[in-house]
Amino acid sequence: MSEIPANDNQWSEIITPRTKLFDLRLKEVWRYRDLLALFVKRDLAAQYKQTVLGPVWYVIQPAFTTIVFFFVFNKLGGIKTDPVPAPIFYMCGISIWNYFSSCFTATSTTFVSNAGIFGKVYFPRLVLPLSVVFSNIIKFAIQLGLLFVVILYFVLFKNYPFHIGTNFLLLPFVVLIMAGVGFGGGIIASSLTTKYRDFTVLINFGVQLLMYITPVIYSLKFVADKHPKYQSLILANPLSSLIETFRYSVLGYGDVSVGWLLYSCAFMLVTVFAGMVIFSRVERTFMDTV
Amino acid sequence: MSDLAIQVENISKQYRLGQVGRKSIAHDFNRWWHTIRGKEDPYLKIGQENDRTTKGSSEYVWALQDINFDVNHGEVLGIIGRNGAGKSTMLKILSKVTSPTKGQIKIKGRIASLLEVGTGFHPDLSGRDNIYLNGAILGMTKKEITSKFDEMVDFAGVERYIDTPVKRYSSGMYVRLAFAVAAHLEPEILIVDEVLAVGDAEFQKKCLGKMKDVSEKQGRTILFVSHNMDAVLNLTNRCVVLANGKVTYIGKTASAVERYLTLTSRSCSYTNNNPGSKNVYFAEITASELGYIFNEPVIFEINIHSNQHVKNVALGIGIHNLFNESIANTIIENALTLVPGDNRFTISIPSHNLVPGDYKGAFALATEKTWEFFDTVLEEPSFKLFNDKDDSMLLSRWNTNFGYHTLPKVNIIPK
Repeated sequence: MSEIPANDNQWSEIITPRTKLFDLRLKEVWRYRDLLALFVKRDLAAQYKQTVLGPVWYVIQPAFTTIVFFFVFNKLGGIKTDPVPAPIFYMCGISIWNYFSSCFTATSTTFVSNAGIFGKVYFPRLVLPLSVVFSNIIKFAIQLGLLFVVILYFVLFKNYPFHIGTNFLLLPFVVLIMAGVGFGGGIIASSLTTKYRDFTVLINFGVQLLMYITPVIYSLKFVADKHPKYQSLILANPLSSLIETFRYSVLGYGDVSVGWLLYSCAFMLVTVFAGMVIFSRVERTFMDTV
Repeated sequence: MSDLAIQVENISKQYRLGQVGRKSIAHDFNRWWHTIRGKEDPYLKIGQENDRTTKGSSEYVWALQDINFDVNHGEVLGIIGRNGAGKSTMLKILSKVTSPTKGQIKIKGRIASLLEVGTGFHPDLSGRDNIYLNGAILGMTKKEITSKFDEMVDFAGVERYIDTPVKRYSSGMYVRLAFAVAAHLEPEILIVDEVLAVGDAEFQKKCLGKMKDVSEKQGRTILFVSHNMDAVLNLTNRCVVLANGKVTYIGKTASAVERYLTLTSRSCSYTNNNPGSKNVYFAEITASELGYIFNEPVIFEINIHSNQHVKNVALGIGIHNLFNESIANTIIENALTLVPGDNRFTISIPSHNLVPGDYKGAFALATEKTWEFFDTVLEEPSFKLFNDKDDSMLLSRWNTNFGYHTLPKVNIIPK
């Protein structure tokens, strides 16, 4: 060994037990953007390989859910969706809710289900949950396409008055916040599940139950009219105003309040940031506990 | 100092044994409680040396303990050790799959690790898609992959199948394709774990050749872990020997490999208490525990158990090296006459043409003429031949790198 101390600047990387709390290494994620694109492609291509219907499954699922919801909640339960025709109302809620829940549940298993890859090779771990968010956005776009087909049917044959207006400009904004909440919540959950699997169980039925306190199968107006004492509970759910805003942006009908929207937006930012901090801590040693 | 590619400083890695459950959550809380009070992690103190064969009193073990070594730029460094010695943990830390508990590693240059071939291969995707996916996982950009795509397909020799899902591939083709991607990575530092244990002999040779090429012609640094000592000897110049999470030796590959092999299999006596249906067998063969000195006889004590009177028994004696290659043999006809019960002999082999090193014995008993074997003992017992006591003879400083034999007495006739 030489006596001359090595100058730390000459090293391109130093592996140490701990990193700084806010060192999120987003630059590295950007460097691996090709990998991100390929993961998205893999998700989409591999999911329905060796199926006859292929991507048609993307639309069958929301279509059937809509039919079931229509009978159970509208016909049997008597939840009114006026002035929007019930099928459109449900399909609209289901498509955005599905986007959230698939982002959330799929990213929440990031560490556990990819342990095989993670254990063998290093790449920025954030690439995987991000790829989930992107591949789901494509599925969401397909389902949104179906929604517009159904709307077109109602416009042509049922005289449903539909207008394309400035409310459409809100759509990408809502989807972005929704994606953020799903992604942030998902990576927090995935970080927790690496050591204690209890959270996996919790998340699975938690998301199902969460839908019922989110105005997916009813509108906020319905709650305000019929059960005003529960209104604050539902509004406290940051997803509620997002669903309402989404319905407003597509159908021109829904309660949009800037205040609640800002609340959702702030919730999203906090979740994403906290998620990335926790995730970057856990990703360093999770292979030992997963 | 400027020519170092990797500098490993005091790397330690602790693991907790046993199940994750209620007890581990209690430890987690305790650890967190210590951290917020600014105290040291209490469980770091109680770790034990990692010897999987003995029962330990602590749940915490050190898979690696104070590992220090340097890797020079352009060097091929081998890491060898028994199962559980800490090789894979070391590679995982180097390739950032997990982080160390203590210490730091400094790295100069882009690093790519090949702890497994075909990481992230999706069985339903075609060979083409998987090349892109796997390449990107290993750190290549799409552009880099495209520019090398034809080369990779050619290397793997699977052109015909390139648009077929890889689940239809034979396992050999799968591995070929996977290795082809990895072999065309161009990092400054490549970390390779026993990936060569797959594929046919021809392909293994191709892989070794490719790695040699990469290090020699392109000046890349390679860290190579393998149990295949031939590959280690062939590829590397220097080796780190790990045992129970500690470095026991760093140095020239040949000496490191010998040290590793003596670590794994060293018993200077052979005993057989369960002969089965054999009527005549070696009950005990013992070599000197201290070893022998060059140019002095190698002596074995043997005990042959016989159930009957046997005359004219032939004795075969061989010497093997640590790679289990036979390097010298002899057969002594009409060697022994055996009586019922124990028959003890001392065998003395002059060693003046065997160079110092580690060896193993080989013994056989057979009938005269018909050559029916009574019993054979291979690669046991081990023995060591040391340098001459005063080290005065040039020959005694030879080692097995020069071959195993010295020539018998050579006559020089003046004219």
